[in-house]
Amino acid sequence: MNGLLNFIRRLGAAAVEGVWRIGFAARFFMLLLRHSGQSLTRIHLTVREIYFSGVLSLLIIIVSGLFVGMVLGLQGYETLQRYGSGDALGVLVSLSLTRELGPVVAGLLFASRAGLAVTAEIGLMKTTEQLDAMDMMAVNPIARVVAPRFWGGVISMPLLAALFSAMGVLGGWLIGVVFIGVDNGAFWSQMQAAVDFRFDIMNGVIKSFVFGATVALIAVFEGYDCTPTAEGLSRAITRTVVTSALAILALDFVLTSLMFRGQS
Amino acid sequence: MRRTTLDLWVGFFVIIGMAALIFLAFKVGNLGAANGGETYVVNGQFDNIGGLKVRAPVKSAGVVVGRVKEIRFDPKTYRAVVSLSLDASYQFPRDTIATILTSGLLGEQYVGLEPGGDEAMLQTGDALQITQSAVVLEKLIGQFMFDKAAEGSAPAN
Repeated sequence: MNGLLNFIRRLGAAAVEGVWRIGFAARFFMLLLRHSGQSLTRIHLTVREIYFSGVLSLLIIIVSGLFVGMVLGLQGYETLQRYGSGDALGVLVSLSLTRELGPVVAGLLFASRAGLAVTAEIGLMKTTEQLDAMDMMAVNPIARVVAPRFWGGVISMPLLAALFSAMGVLGGWLIGVVFIGVDNGAFWSQMQAAVDFRFDIMNGVIKSFVFGATVALIAVFEGYDCTPTAEGLSRAITRTVVTSALAILALDFVLTSLMFRGQS
Repeated sequence: MRRTTLDLWVGFFVIIGMAALIFLAFKVGNLGAANGGETYVVNGQFDNIGGLKVRAPVKSAGVVVGRVKEIRFDPKTYRAVVSLSLDASYQFPRDTIATILTSGLLGEQYVGLEPGGDEAMLQTGDALQITQSAVVLEKLIGQFMFDKAAEGSAPAN
């Protein structure tokens, strides 16, 4: 009886904690938006964060984009040539990359490469009381530390996702045209006939923008909200990666069903 | 404010990100292919459009001259009304015949235009007078089987 009561008690506490965190995150987001002016007027703060979350993610994005495209090229060709339509390889590679894989995989990589670093940085600042020290000196830590990191992520992510998709198409081209011998003209012309700029590519860009904002918000929030101990920091970092991955996949489903439902 | 190497890297990053987006738009997508030029819209009524979809190509002599803009059902005539958006650089006579065709046996369906001999050209909002519906494979097979059965039973009587 006591055990059951305890279980219910813990369940309730966890639910209340969850709602509490969501409310706090919403208020934090509003505060972040209100104090975002400084990351525009003192642009070098944001530029620095674009360097850390964008430029330093370049290599992993380019290499994994290339490999994802190459795998798509190999596997897609295997299946397509069974139906005698190996020429449609370009369509398969480009549509799956621009619509889904580009934004999603780039988002997951971005979360684990850049989001995690942001959480660790802000969390450590909180643990070592640097944020409190800033507050003491009348420097708003949200405007000075949090907002530039958020906007750095929001700006970097669509560029990284576009780069990922472009590298993936090149990887598919490399395997399909250069190694397997699909006709070069058919590869590009069928791709151009099937991929619509507004419908496919812009929707992919919108997706990557949404994912970027989500990952960046989760990263800065988990860092800002972490329990200021070594253990709390490690938990916050784990939560950033897990929550970002779940949020990206769930949002991708929602966005896909909104964007591509009943069309094409 | 001093310029730093960091700015150089960020500039480099933004440039190759933009380059990737432009590559996607022009090389992967259809932005380069005279999209969004001047167009005019004509309507055609079909008994059956089969599997025709919005954005399907409109071809004449095999060349893409436009896209299907809209498909709706007319409750008065019980026929499908298909709006075709045609490239303004291609003019067609008023008595052009529109047919719904299939590319290959299982390929996508498209609208084929066969120009007539009229002097006057189609304008925006005009209706195509002569149309030919999509071939529905089930009907064709059904008819074929019916004919075969009739053929087979004839000598027995």
